[in-house]
Amino acid sequence: MAETVRRTSGQTVVNDMEALRQRARELLDAGTVQVIIGYANGSNRRVRPFFARRPEDLERLILDDRCVLNLAVYLRKPEVKALGKAAVIATPPLLRSILQLAAENHYQESEAVFLALDSAGNVLELSSAEQIAGVLGSLPGSTGQDACVPSADRMPALSAGSTDRQARFAFWKQEFERCIRCYACRAACPMCYCEQCLVDSNQPQWIPVAAHSIGNLEWHISRAMHLAGRCVNCGACSEACPAGIPLNLVNQFLADRIQQEFGQKAGTSAKLDYALSVFSGSDRETFIK
Amino acid sequence: MSETRSLRKQSIPSLLEKLEQNGQRIIAPQPAGPSGTPWFTDLDRERHIDLEQMTAVSPKSGLFPVVEEILRFRKDGKQVVIEGDKVKVQPTVLFGLRPCDARGLRILESIFQEGEPDVFLRERRAATTVVAFSCTAADPDCFCTSVGGGPGDTEGSDLLLSAIDDDHFLVEIVTPKGKELVELGAGLFEPAKESEQTKVLAAVPVRFPIADVLTKLPALFNLESFWQEQSLACLGCSTCAFVCPICSCFDLEDEADLKCGSRLRCWDSCGQRLFTLHASGHNPRSVQSQRWRQRVMHKFSYLPERGRKARGSAPAEGSTSLLGCVGCGRCSRSCPVDMNLIERLTAIAESDL
Amino acid sequence: MSPENVYQPYLMRIDRAVDEAPGIRTFRLLFEDEECGKNFRFKAGQFGEYSVFGEGESTFCIASSPTRTGYIECTFRQTGRVTSALAALDEGDILGFRGPYGNVFPVDEWKGKNLLFIAGGIALPPLRCVIWNALDLRENFGDVSIIYGARSVADLVYKHELEEWGKRDDVKLMTTVDPGGETPDWKGQVGFVPHVLEKANPSSENTIALVCGPPIMIKLTLPVLAKLGFAAGDTFTTLENRMKCGFGKCGRCNVGKYYVCVDGPVFTLEQLQTMPAEF
Repeated sequence: MAETVRRTSGQTVVNDMEALRQRARELLDAGTVQVIIGYANGSNRRVRPFFARRPEDLERLILDDRCVLNLAVYLRKPEVKALGKAAVIATPPLLRSILQLAAENHYQESEAVFLALDSAGNVLELSSAEQIAGVLGSLPGSTGQDACVPSADRMPALSAGSTDRQARFAFWKQEFERCIRCYACRAACPMCYCEQCLVDSNQPQWIPVAAHSIGNLEWHISRAMHLAGRCVNCGACSEACPAGIPLNLVNQFLADRIQQEFGQKAGTSAKLDYALSVFSGSDRETFIK
Repeated sequence: MSETRSLRKQSIPSLLEKLEQNGQRIIAPQPAGPSGTPWFTDLDRERHIDLEQMTAVSPKSGLFPVVEEILRFRKDGKQVVIEGDKVKVQPTVLFGLRPCDARGLRILESIFQEGEPDVFLRERRAATTVVAFSCTAADPDCFCTSVGGGPGDTEGSDLLLSAIDDDHFLVEIVTPKGKELVELGAGLFEPAKESEQTKVLAAVPVRFPIADVLTKLPALFNLESFWQEQSLACLGCSTCAFVCPICSCFDLEDEADLKCGSRLRCWDSCGQRLFTLHASGHNPRSVQSQRWRQRVMHKFSYLPERGRKARGSAPAEGSTSLLGCVGCGRCSRSCPVDMNLIERLTAIAESDL
Repeated sequence: MSPENVYQPYLMRIDRAVDEAPGIRTFRLLFEDEECGKNFRFKAGQFGEYSVFGEGESTFCIASSPTRTGYIECTFRQTGRVTSALAALDEGDILGFRGPYGNVFPVDEWKGKNLLFIAGGIALPPLRCVIWNALDLRENFGDVSIIYGARSVADLVYKHELEEWGKRDDVKLMTTVDPGGETPDWKGQVGFVPHVLEKANPSSENTIALVCGPPIMIKLTLPVLAKLGFAAGDTFTTLENRMKCGFGKCGRCNVGKYYVCVDGPVFTLEQLQTMPAEF
């Protein structure tokens, strides 16, 4: 099995960081926003989310291929909301999340401002889902696999195209054995916004809480099903997992199937119906015979 | 120094084989998953033990499993029968720990044995021999020396192996159990010569004054803005607690069908919102900053204070023996948002409240 | 499992089940193993973990008095998974009980003192244990006064005992319901517990106050007690933090340096004032 490249050295540094900082400074100065949510260099060659509230903080903003954590999760965190309106340094995966959140009525127009760089190095200031959908396809890095995210390309046996179910199942069984049920995948996922997660519902106890084989399998299968047609493959779950389980591959598998079956892809439009709950005359109904 | 021996590095596989033949279960750090990060698991056929990289998760599951059955019951009509087996433990060698990990197991033991002793942990520890290796390298997340440990610390180990050159380990026999293990491996261990007593140890600088952390925490408690700022990025994901060698909060859960079932003890974390949520909807720690504060206070204020009370001794200023932290740095390495613990403890030590 | 397994519960048979109020039940429990029952001792204020096998455990105080041996009683409100399963049990059914856990009300130290009990809603059970303890040793105490309120008449628990206490001339009982919660034939007060307490204006002289109720009631009652001159060291309450193990290991009920399950659940107001407000 090919090795998955996880944290890389941070070489694709965005040259136009200064332009981003400048626009962020203008937004702070004008009082349009009270906080810029972005990334900064962290400890021991890591990056960390960064909340710039004063113009002098902006020097610390960075953007490179280590910035995998999906900052969209902070738009729902009460302590961050309390800081005021936010501008978010946006990567394509984050913008995909915002589109999907908007499709699910979990992002309201102009709730935040997103600052992205186009391929010419111009700063784009996006706020509505419509604006995001309009430019997303043309942003650098918006197509293809993000460097740090585990990729099915590197694990052919696991791609949706592979028919070797037994090999796939054996792989996942082994991976899920290491799950310690910390739920970091859920915490890092912008789409896991439920007030009460299924696994925390105990009347009835749908999913075993215990981190044994069955419990882990049920948890990850249930989570994947709840993300089917909703996951935008940002990879934050895999990045957050302390056990290094390439969780996003499970979601990606289902995303591919949804695209095959229903012709739609999460994170491409704010006007997507939920594929698994909406009936369309053109749906292929091979299961009704 | 305790009684010593010398062991050739190339003898390690033979030693493991002898231990297995003797019926010992061996748990050691081995590569797992696509990333190949070492993970404490039963020794597999490939026997590739990774003593270089630190495991993502501590070896605490060796004594305190992620899930443990603490009760089994059978229902028959209106009758309930609690099944009366003994705690099942197998003689086990926890192999390839770091000194901080071994020290963590000792603290874990004291938490579980205070007050009502926990028979599961006690039996498991009694059947376990801890073989640790001194650290010859450390990374910037390591801070064992700031919290009372060190790269060659013997606390919590039964045997401590330290590199003395490229081919040899100095073996320190710390406990009688360690001695038994040396006897099982008779023929492999040699007397350590005078020249073989100097351990090669990593330099781990003291990163912050722990005494200041301990004295400043109680007054910092009420400074809510301080905790909010420290935990602004916190996702409440609990990775820190799950990788920690000492975090021991747990949940009790029943699993049963109509006839029989069991009660399970499962790892849990004070970082989770549901941890303290009352059935009424009231939550004593309703926001993440309070839960982060709880994590820090519990490790660096409450545990030391309780420990002193339990031992009936006067508060020893800056005493580190009862801390809920051994400075392994795993929480800092695993945190998806880089909430570095050294940084945060330094900020506490430097606070001027 | 071995007898030293601290998680192993006693098997208890429900001897009597009483519906107290909507969603609230009381069980009288007998030890299946008579020997265990004979040797079982507890003191007022202690609690236990009650379990339905297959559903889990839930924490309630022992609501009966330690002066009445051979059985224990618990009163609970049906709220979550375990209490719903408990509520579905009936006389003759078996449940699990671990305990007694926690510290105690220092009833022995209160000889010659007046006792003032103040309770709201479902929080009467921990005080009911002390009330019967005191009434069974009536000569040891001065005045015994009880102020008990609930949202409505239907929500009052231990209705028969309230009647009994009301008839006794060695107990001063005041019951109250929230405005709107009264029935046409309601003879008690109408108003919130703190107001009723203020109006009753009890003397703090040589008196211990015991307060149990919902957080909002406690919050509004404590200032009234202070105004009446009750010292913080003579004002007692119990904390109801969430618990799992009951013996200071699982970490849930940790408040400051205390574990409510080991160092509590009984605390004086004086202690509470030194603790983080995480309860």
